[in-house]
Amino acid sequence: MTLERPLALAPAKRALELIGADLTEKSLRLHLEGLPGVDAVGLEQRAAGLGTRSIKTTSKAWALDTIIRLIDLTTLEGADTPGKVRSLVAKAMNPDPSDPTVPRVAAVCVYGDMVPYAVEALGASHGDPAKGLISVAAVATAFPSGRASLPVKLADTADAVANGADEIDMVIDRGAFLAGKYGVVFDQIVAVKEACRRADGTYAHLKVILETGELNTYDNVRRASWLAILAGGDFIKTSTGKVAPAATLPVTLLMLEVVRDWKRLTGERIGVKPAGGIRSSKDAIKYLVTVAETAGEEWLDPHLFRFGASSLLNDVLLQRQKLSTGRYSGPDYVTID
Amino acid sequence: MSRLAVPKTYKLYIGGKFPRSESGRTYEVATREGAFLANAALASRKDARDAVVAARAAIAGWAGTTGYNRGQVLYRIAELLEGRRAQFVDELVAAEAVSAAVAGRQVDTAIDAWVWYAGWADKYVQVAGNGNPVSGPYFNLSTPEATGVVAIVAPQGATGSLLGLVSVVAPAIVSGNTVVVIANQASPLSAISLAEVLATSDVPGGVVNILTGSPAEIAPWLAGHADVNALDLAGAEALAWVDLQIMAADTLKRVLPPENGAPSPSLERIVALTETKTVWHTKSLI
Amino acid sequence: MTDITKTSRFLDYAPAPESPSILHLRKNYGLFINGDFVKGHGKPFKTISPATEATIAEIANANARDVDAAVAAARRAYDTTWSKLSGADRGKYLFRIARLVQERARELAVAESLDNGKPIKEARDVDVPLVAAWFFYYAGWADKLDYAGLGPNPRALGVAAQVIPWNFPLLMLAWKIAPALAAGNTVVLKPAETTPLSALIFAEILQQADLPAGVVNIITGAGDTGEALVNHPDVNKVAFTGSTAVGRAIAKSIAGTGKKVTLELGGKAANIVFDDAPIDQAVEGIVNGIFFNQGHVCCAGSRLLVQENVHDEVVDRLKTRLATLRLGDPLDKNTDIGAINSREQLDRIRELSDIGEAEGAERWTAECVIPDKGFWFAPTIFTGVETSSRIAREEIFGPVLSVLTFRTPAEAIAKANNTPYGLSAGIWSDKGSKILAVADQLRAGVIWANTFNRFDPASPFGGYKESGYGREGGRHGLAAYLESAGWGAPSSPKGISTVTKGASK
Repeated sequence: MTLERPLALAPAKRALELIGADLTEKSLRLHLEGLPGVDAVGLEQRAAGLGTRSIKTTSKAWALDTIIRLIDLTTLEGADTPGKVRSLVAKAMNPDPSDPTVPRVAAVCVYGDMVPYAVEALGASHGDPAKGLISVAAVATAFPSGRASLPVKLADTADAVANGADEIDMVIDRGAFLAGKYGVVFDQIVAVKEACRRADGTYAHLKVILETGELNTYDNVRRASWLAILAGGDFIKTSTGKVAPAATLPVTLLMLEVVRDWKRLTGERIGVKPAGGIRSSKDAIKYLVTVAETAGEEWLDPHLFRFGASSLLNDVLLQRQKLSTGRYSGPDYVTID
Repeated sequence: MSRLAVPKTYKLYIGGKFPRSESGRTYEVATREGAFLANAALASRKDARDAVVAARAAIAGWAGTTGYNRGQVLYRIAELLEGRRAQFVDELVAAEAVSAAVAGRQVDTAIDAWVWYAGWADKYVQVAGNGNPVSGPYFNLSTPEATGVVAIVAPQGATGSLLGLVSVVAPAIVSGNTVVVIANQASPLSAISLAEVLATSDVPGGVVNILTGSPAEIAPWLAGHADVNALDLAGAEALAWVDLQIMAADTLKRVLPPENGAPSPSLERIVALTETKTVWHTKSLI
Repeated sequence: MTDITKTSRFLDYAPAPESPSILHLRKNYGLFINGDFVKGHGKPFKTISPATEATIAEIANANARDVDAAVAAARRAYDTTWSKLSGADRGKYLFRIARLVQERARELAVAESLDNGKPIKEARDVDVPLVAAWFFYYAGWADKLDYAGLGPNPRALGVAAQVIPWNFPLLMLAWKIAPALAAGNTVVLKPAETTPLSALIFAEILQQADLPAGVVNIITGAGDTGEALVNHPDVNKVAFTGSTAVGRAIAKSIAGTGKKVTLELGGKAANIVFDDAPIDQAVEGIVNGIFFNQGHVCCAGSRLLVQENVHDEVVDRLKTRLATLRLGDPLDKNTDIGAINSREQLDRIRELSDIGEAEGAERWTAECVIPDKGFWFAPTIFTGVETSSRIAREEIFGPVLSVLTFRTPAEAIAKANNTPYGLSAGIWSDKGSKILAVADQLRAGVIWANTFNRFDPASPFGGYKESGYGREGGRHGLAAYLESAGWGAPSSPKGISTVTKGASK
C-alpha cells in the first residue's frame, strides 16, 4: 500500500468551517461516511404516515395557493421553441385567466438557450418571487446526463447567467459519485457555483440536482445532499425529471431532514426542490405537509421550497375552481401551455 | 468374600459440587424389606435456595452453547451411563426390589432417553420455530429458547426412580434450561449416582442440581421462589400440587401438571419448557 | 371562495372530523347469547366517549346467571353444531366474517375511536385492517389443522372463555375469536367494561354472517362478570389479555382445573437505541413505541435505553418531533394523540408521573391545548430516570416515556432484562450482527429491530416471565386452542414409551 498525498479540495466556505482547513478527498469521505444511516422501511413508513394527513377547507385553500407560489413551471423538451417558452411564461404570470386572485408561480424553468426568451417575455414581471415576481431558472451543466467536460459545464452555466437566469439547476456527476469520487463531485459543484457569479459580484442561486433515481439508495441521497450543501448549493433538488423514479415523498422527506439538520448545526437554511412526477394537488399537498412537519412551516417559501413541475399547475387550478364554485371542474376550463 | 465393603456417602448435588445439606440433616434410605441402604441428605429450604442460585448462574453459559454442543454433552451422559450400567442395575435392584433384568431394562431405557433427547438439541428449534410471512417488508422469525430455571419434582413411584429422573431432567436441559430437581424420596440413591455421572461428563456445574429429601417440604419453597421460571410437577401427584400451582402463579411461572409415572419422551415436553421469541427486522434493497 | 388569507399556521390543519352519523347506534345493547341480543340480569351501565364524557349507549350487565346461559349456549353449539362442521365450512364462516369486517370497516373504526378515545387514523389504518387480516389468516387454518405442528387430528378444546382489555377492543376480540373458531372451539367473550361498543357491532356482523347460534357469545360487564366466566366449570380454555395482577389471579383460580390458559399481560419494554442507529427512523420508532394509542399498549416501548454518547441528541430530536404531534378530538383525521380511555386510567398516569417527578427525574411535556372535557394527558418524557425509579419499573400504560442510558451493549442487555416483565423490546442499529446478538440475549417474546409496534396475524405475540404465557398469532396462536391427539408410534423411539409406562406402574 502506498500513501498518497491527500488531494486538497476547492476551499468551499461551508466545508472549511465544518470539516476543517485540511479539506481533502479523504476528510470529505470520512465526513460523509460518518453520517447516520437511513432505514428505508422506516423512512417510507414515515412518509406514508405524513401522506395520510387530511387537509380540508381553509387549510386546503391555503395549500393550493401555496403550491402555485412554489412551482417552477417547467418545459425541458428538445422541441422547445421561443413560442413555447412565451406561452409558458404567459401561463406563469396569469395561471387562470378566469380568476385574477390566483397567485403567480415562483419561476419558469427552461434550457439555457431559452433564457433570453423567457426574460424577454416576463419583462417587468421578472424578479424575486418573494416580491410577487417570477424568476427564470435554467438547467445547466450538460443537463440531464451531466456527461460533459467541466469547461463545457461551466460555459453552459456562465452563458445562462449572462443571459439573465436567476437560478441555475445543475446536475451532479452521478458516475463519479457512485464510483466514490466524492471530491470530483464536490469540486465541480464549487466550480459551477463560481460560474454563477455575475459581473456585479452577486450569484445566481444554485440548485444541485442529485438525480436520486440514479443514486439508488437513501444512504447515497443523504450523503449527496450533504455534499451538495457543503460545496455551496443553495437548493438540493431530487431529479431532472428524465429518470425514473423522479421525486418521491420518502426521498424528499430525507432531503428535508438533511436541511433541517443543517439548520440545527449551522443556523443556515437550504432549499429543497422535488422535481418530476408530482402531478396532482393531492400529492403536492402531501409534500407541503412533509415540509411543514419536517423542516418547519417557514420552509413553505419560494426561497426554500419549490416544486419542479409542468402538469401540476393545471390540477391545482381545477381543485381551486372546485373550492371556489363548489362544483367539479374539467380540463377545458384550464388553459394548456 | 471376606473383604469389607466401602459404602458411599450420598450427598446433594448443587453447582457441580456434592455438599451435605446445610442443615446437617439426613434420612435413612432402606430396601423394600427395610434393610438399611444409606443415609441420604435431607435437603432444606436453604439447600433449595442455593440450588436455584447455582442454576441461575449456569443459565448464560448453558443456554449460550450451540445446540450441537448441548447434543454432544447429552450424548456423553449416555456414554458414561452405559459404562456404569452394572452399578446402576445393582443400586436399582437393591432399592426397588426388582429383578436384575427389570432394573437393566430401566437403565437401558434411561440411556436411550438421553440419546433420544441429545438428538433434539439442534432440531427442536427447527420443528417448533417458524418463519412468518408477515404482510410487510420484514424478516420475521419465531424461535423457541430456554425458559430459564426449572424446578422439578421427579416421579416418586416405587420403581423407576432413575428413569423417572432422566425423563424430566433431559427434556428440560436439552434446550438450555437449568434445573433444580427433587429426586424420588424413597429411592434417591440412583439420582446421586447419576449426579456422579453428570459431574464427570461435560455438563457444566449448576445445569443440573439434585436435591434429596422430602418433596412436600422443599417443593413449596421452589414453587414460591421468584427466581424460578417454570415448575414441573411431574412427580407431585401425591403432594398438595394445586397449592404449589397457586404459589407458582405469584410470578406467573410456567407449570407442567403431574404425570402418571415417568413421562414418555416427547417433543412437547421440550417445547413446554421454552419461550417463543419472535424477531422482526426491516428489509429493504435501498 | 373561502378565505385563503393565512389566519393561523398551516400546521393547525383545519378540522377534518370523521362523522359518528355513520353509526346506527342503539340506545341500549343487550347481551349477545345464542345468536340473539337478550336482556342482562345485572344492573346496566353506560359506556361513554372518553373525549367528551358523553354517554354513547346503555349496556347490559351479565351476572352469574347470564354467564351460565352464555356458557351453556356455547357448549350446546359446540356439541350440536360447531364440532360437527367440517374445517372447510368453519373456514368459510371466518372468511365471511373477514369480508364483513372489511365492508363495515369505516363504521367499526368510528365506533372504536368514539368508545375508546383512540385517534381515528389508528382505528382506521391499524386496528380494523388487522381485525380483517386476523380473520382472513385463521380462516385458512380451519381445514389445515393437521399441519399445525401438533400431529394428526388435533382436537379442539371445547368452550373458550375470553376476556379482553380496553386498549384495542376489536383487535383483541379478533386475536381471541379467530383462532378459537378456526380450531373448532366455541366462544364466550367479555369485552372490557369501558369499551363494549365495537364488540356489540361485531355481534351484528356475526348475525349477517349467519354464524350458527351460540358459536360466539358476547357478554358485557365488569370484572365480576369476567371472573364468573373464567371460573365457570364448563369452560375448557381461558384466554385473557390485561393486567398482570388480574392474570395472576386467573392463574391461581384455574390451578388444578386442567383448563388450558393463555395470558397476555403487562410489559415494560426497553427500546434500545445504539449510537449507530438510523437516527431519524429511531426517533420515529420511539414516538410510535410509546405514543401510539396514547401509550395504552402492553408492549409499548416505555423505557428508552439510549447510548450515553447520543443521549442529548436523541432527546433533543425527540422533543422537536413531539412538538408536531396533535392532541385532540379522536375523530379528527389529523389527531395523533387521542383521549385517555378512562378517568381511572388518567388518575393512574398522573399518579405515576408525579412519583417520577418526586423521585428526581426531569419531566418534559409537549405543549398541547388540553380540551375542557374528557380525559387527556399530553405526551411526556422523563429524563434522568434511574433503573430503581418506579417509572422505570412499573407499567404506566400511558403516553409517558422514561429515558435511561447505557454505555455498552452488555449494559443495555442487562438493563433491558432487569424487569419482571418480558413482553417486547426494540433495537435500533445499522449493524446487523449486533442486532441479532442483542436480540438473542433479550428476554422478551417480541423483538422489533429498527421498527416497533408491528403486528401481523402470521406473527406470534406473547411474553416471557410475568408478561404471561402462550402465544397469539401464527401457528403458535392456533396451537393455543388445540390439543394434540399424539404423534402416534412413528416418532417415539422404539421401546421407550412402552417401558416408561410400565416402569411407573
